[in-house]
Amino acid sequence: MHELAVTEGILAVVLRHAAAGGASRVVTVRLRIGGLSDLSEEWLARYFAWLGKGTVAEGARIEVERTPVVFRCGPCDRTFDVDLKAARDFPCPFCGGNDVSLVSGREFFVREIEVM
Amino acid sequence: MENIRLIEVREEILSDNRDLAREIRETLCRKGVFLLNLMSSPGAGKTSLLIRTLRALREAFRIAVIEGDIDSMVDAEKVAAEGVPAVQIRTGSACHLDAPMVEKALGELDLDHTDLVLMENVGNLVCPAEFDTGDTRKAMILSVPEGDDKPLKYPLMFSICHAVVVNKMDCLPMFDFDLEVFRERVRKLNPGAEIFPLSCKTGEGMDRWIAWLEKAIAESRSR
Ligand SMILES: Nc1nc2c(ncn2[C@@H]2O[C@H](COP(=O)(O)OP(=O)(O)O)[C@@H](O)[C@H]2O)c(=O)[nH]1
Ligand SMILES: [Mg+2]
Ligand SMILES: [Zn+2]
Repeated sequence: MHELAVTEGILAVVLRHAAAGGASRVVTVRLRIGGLSDLSEEWLARYFAWLGKGTVAEGARIEVERTPVVFRCGPCDRTFDVDLKAARDFPCPFCGGNDVSLVSGREFFVREIEVM
Repeated sequence: MENIRLIEVREEILSDNRDLAREIRETLCRKGVFLLNLMSSPGAGKTSLLIRTLRALREAFRIAVIEGDIDSMVDAEKVAAEGVPAVQIRTGSACHLDAPMVEKALGELDLDHTDLVLMENVGNLVCPAEFDTGDTRKAMILSVPEGDDKPLKYPLMFSICHAVVVNKMDCLPMFDFDLEVFRERVRKLNPGAEIFPLSCKTGEGMDRWIAWLEKAIAESRSR
């Protein structure tokens, strides 16, 4: 799938920030990825190991923080997490109503890197 | 041993692609060109809708086509038969179109004499959702045989599209597709998306889709 292109994007961001910070080696890369994105973490790690060869990010560990898909109920004005892969439908858990809408779950960014 | 330091990054992963996509969008806007990004799974009806749309709007607009589907030699021939300018993107093994590919394809078109570019993305509901192409509007097609549960399986795609076409409505009696349940699921993910049940085979429902596209084109020009 698109893990290869995404990993190229991650590496580009990481190398830019590592260079700006005068780093000689990247130890850890921390990503934040929302539940709406379909990404195989295993492939991400494999591609990163491969693409990062010969760069300061060679051998860096990838840590993925998955953030939940969150909906808000209009009438209740309360939010709740939904596991879309498991749920068939997802009424508001507080009032049972269906007047709910997506709040978040599309995070797709490099949060921080640990460097030496 | 050197000390480990933390560098706060907080940068979007595909920021390079996103920035180029914004540039493309601005250029197209300035030139008065409308780019429609058409996405779906393989076989849902991208080429069929593209050709129907082309035929409905070719009197009113100067139309060109970008064909990006992997196994689309047949598609390219169908489009060529319509006699409009067409560019084929060789995606190789890529599972989506991205902004650099689209920029290159647009470069092969005579944009100063084009109003509308219809672009068939790679058949896939996952990857194209992550990559902005610089399109003016994003539309996806779901066909009735695929089932009304797809918004739960591919929520990102449903959450980014301006228009959701439900194609193959002529097949509705054969399947347990519940249009109301589907509408509800899409609305929760994307209340702004308009839904167009239609059939590229019979032409049923096509008018509303064409009217939406005409209105979107008019809106993009008045900005
Ligand atoms: N019954 C029916 N078949 C359709 C309809 N639209 C497209 N098809 C058929 O579905 C198949 C795939 O369509 P195509 O446009 O090539 O899909 P694409 O892969 O998304 O470009 C073709 O055999 C079409 O004739 C429709 O509205 N009803
Ligand atoms: Mg096609
Ligand atoms: Zn509620």
